[in-house]
Amino acid sequence: MNAFLPQALTRNAGLSRRSLLRALPLTGLVLSVGLPGIAGADEPAKFGGDAMPHGLQDSPRTFVSIAPDGTVSIVVHRSEMGQGVRTSLPRVLADELEADWSKVKIVQAPGDEEKYGNQDTDGSRSMRHWFMPMRRCGAAARQMLALAAAQQWGVPVAEVQAINHVVTHKPSGRSLGYGALAEAAAKLDVPKRESLRLKDAKDFRYIGKQDGYLVDAEVIVTGRSQYGIDTRLPGMLYAVIARPPVFGGKVKSFDAADALRLPGVVKVFEIAGTPAPAEFQPLGGVVVVAKDTWAAIKGREALKIVWDDGPHAGYDSVAFRKALEAAVAKPAGKAVRNDGDAEAALAQAAKRVAADYYVPHLAHATMEPPAATARLVDGRCEVWTSVQSPQAARERVAQRLGLGVDKVTINVTLLGGGFGRKSKPDFAVEAALISQQLQGQPVKLTWTRDDDLHHDYFHTVTAQHLEAGLDAQGKVTAWLQRAAEPTILSIFAPDPKQLSGFELGLGLINLPYAIPNIRIENPPAEAHARIGWLRSVNNIQHAFAAQSFVAELAHAARRDHRDFLLDLLGPARQIPPPQLGDGWNHGESPQVYPVDIGRLRGVIERVTQEAGWSRKRPKGQGLGLAANYSFVTYMAVVVEVKVNAKGELSIPRIDVALDCGPAINPDRIRSQVEGACIMGLSQALYSEITFKNGRVEQSNYHDFEIARLNIAPKTIAVHIMPSSGYDQPLGGVGEPAIGPIAPALMNAIFAATGKRIRQLPLKDQLSRKA
Amino acid sequence: MTTLQINGQSMTVEAGDDTPLLWVLRDHLGMTGTKFGCGLALCGACTVHLDGQPVRACQTPLSAASGKKIVTIEGVGASKTGQAVQHAWVKLGVPQCGYCQAGQIMSATALLQKKPKPTDADIDAAMSGNLCRCGTYTRIRSAIKTAAGLEGGAA
Repeated sequence: MNAFLPQALTRNAGLSRRSLLRALPLTGLVLSVGLPGIAGADEPAKFGGDAMPHGLQDSPRTFVSIAPDGTVSIVVHRSEMGQGVRTSLPRVLADELEADWSKVKIVQAPGDEEKYGNQDTDGSRSMRHWFMPMRRCGAAARQMLALAAAQQWGVPVAEVQAINHVVTHKPSGRSLGYGALAEAAAKLDVPKRESLRLKDAKDFRYIGKQDGYLVDAEVIVTGRSQYGIDTRLPGMLYAVIARPPVFGGKVKSFDAADALRLPGVVKVFEIAGTPAPAEFQPLGGVVVVAKDTWAAIKGREALKIVWDDGPHAGYDSVAFRKALEAAVAKPAGKAVRNDGDAEAALAQAAKRVAADYYVPHLAHATMEPPAATARLVDGRCEVWTSVQSPQAARERVAQRLGLGVDKVTINVTLLGGGFGRKSKPDFAVEAALISQQLQGQPVKLTWTRDDDLHHDYFHTVTAQHLEAGLDAQGKVTAWLQRAAEPTILSIFAPDPKQLSGFELGLGLINLPYAIPNIRIENPPAEAHARIGWLRSVNNIQHAFAAQSFVAELAHAARRDHRDFLLDLLGPARQIPPPQLGDGWNHGESPQVYPVDIGRLRGVIERVTQEAGWSRKRPKGQGLGLAANYSFVTYMAVVVEVKVNAKGELSIPRIDVALDCGPAINPDRIRSQVEGACIMGLSQALYSEITFKNGRVEQSNYHDFEIARLNIAPKTIAVHIMPSSGYDQPLGGVGEPAIGPIAPALMNAIFAATGKRIRQLPLKDQLSRKA
Repeated sequence: MTTLQINGQSMTVEAGDDTPLLWVLRDHLGMTGTKFGCGLALCGACTVHLDGQPVRACQTPLSAASGKKIVTIEGVGASKTGQAVQHAWVKLGVPQCGYCQAGQIMSATALLQKKPKPTDADIDAAMSGNLCRCGTYTRIRSAIKTAAGLEGGAA
């Protein structure tokens, strides 16, 4: 068996690797992040972008074109959802091309992985995987322009230079602009990879520059930006859908008479759902089509629908929490990681500490709810939508409509937030189905906020039990962790109950501590809702538990938390991920991306220094620390809190230190980290999705609360660790800051008040009378 | 037929009196800069100005907007304050996904038109009704101060 195939994938539910691969989508996160290195017996294992479906592309013919007037069009094939990818990737290419940015236009690619290579915009890896291919594209095009000029002038190519949109032959003083050379250059062969001459980092114009430039800023602040929800086509109708309120339910019967009497309502019909596991296919329901969105919403309110709630009608978050807590209260029998003998070491410990942590379901709640516009013309379907995975949208639309993939075009708009929700293109399929029912008429489908919160691919729900043993000197001798949480695999395969390899590798199995006896268990848990990945994914609960527990252990050992954490990590060294039981390693090569304890120590030392960790603080004020390794980036956070006598919390400052290797677009790295701090605070303080009678109890931002401006720290200081060069492996940036926020906050609250918070969200736990 | 004054222009629409201004703008007039986020005045994405006051278009029926001066994100840059806010937003790289920023800019502009030198408490009060899921709040606060020429805005 391939050493890097996550064991959990083959172990679960009697699935063989082959049958699981069949059940999984052809593209998409699970296959692409869950099964790295899968190759035939004779092929070498692939990693990173090479291991993703359709891999990497680096031909300038695919990504660059130059018009006679010198305008350079650069294709971006990844989706923009706020991470800045439409700025960052093209600027890498433009830098190597020696393009003058004022002459660059950005072209958004439709879904077409055969042409563009992998398009899954998730997993914090657009830059990680595409930095070098984009550099090669730019360098190849630059060399083609230089050669075209040299040939035209009849001089050796070594004598010409391509700089800032102009090719110059110094000896003769001749020069030509890129536009004048474009046609001749396009006729040349693309230079082979080994003949490419990449720029020296000292000559970079855009890469690594802290200029804060953002290609879409101007259209955004003037209201001209186009998101999926903004598409308008001539003759377009508007639709909403009443979906089954319980996951797995369906329409028993419906009466549309009242709805059809309302002004503006055009048509009402049912679309069928796909039986579980439905992965990215729609839930089904009753569609209301109208002349505007408001009429469609009013029409839906007037529907009378009888639902068959199906097998999950009893899903109840209070009862389910008890079941999960019972599951982690007893030995699971089998460990997913077992170093030494944790049970024996616990029995012999001078001091034993135990704690239980709970993290509820969460919703993505992107500010732009899911929306898509579709039409069919002459047997071809065209969709405009905000998706992180246009290629998956294309395949699923084709599959559901019974069309060839070549008959489906997915146009990618800006995304009004993604966070993993828009990796699942069920809403694009819905829009296409509705248009099909309308004989191809253009139609815009909008999800209302209650649709979004009721029918999300929810972040899972997790109970964890942790125990540790300390010796007489306060050193940790044993660590036991049991985590029960429904798996993301449940949308892809029938009824799996244990975590897949990639979920284990998101901060559970790969605990990097120098503890001789470690036992990690994963008791079974059943999914009763659509479970999906949410920014940072399982790190949310795993980092919360582990980083809170380390602080609890430090307290039990009467040690400073930072010093205790550094001792727990041990000396700087590189650990091969498989040694930690992590065969996934974010899909990256264990040789190129070992777990580097020195870098983790580095961010902890830096962030505590920047935050003034050792300062004495008055009662009611505190600093909390947490550190986490995820998406091959090292992250440490210090949160500063004040809690007044009434239990009211304020958060004046957050410091974050990260080591993501070379920083390609430092301002977007900072903004991603700042934003992750706020999203982490939302999870820590407010957000929770609960089910009763199978139905989600929250419906809008009043009961699914997220952080508002008044709670946001006035200062979020992001400290990017220097990198030794652009040849160093890149780390992910979009997700890794989420994990450490909640534990750092709770550790700060403990420092300020002595009160330990072990369940998210905080809500009124500080002011509530015990 | 209802006549509306939007960004200094007269526009007529055919929609029911109870239709929220949000959907009139977006679906009937094609002015999609004003965003739908919640439909219940909980998120501020649809903020527009009605006679200079920031209101949530999703909770403003067409009948209440008629006869008033409406300013949307497409027109707010015509005012000196609106333009200063937009410039500050670009300068500080406030937007991430950008979806909520139309509403943020409308709320911030209304604040500065009323209080050219707002305190942090003023900013909290004026801006806490505008949600940003990307979490750009720290930069929003700085950008408001920058637009106002206050210390604490970034250089």
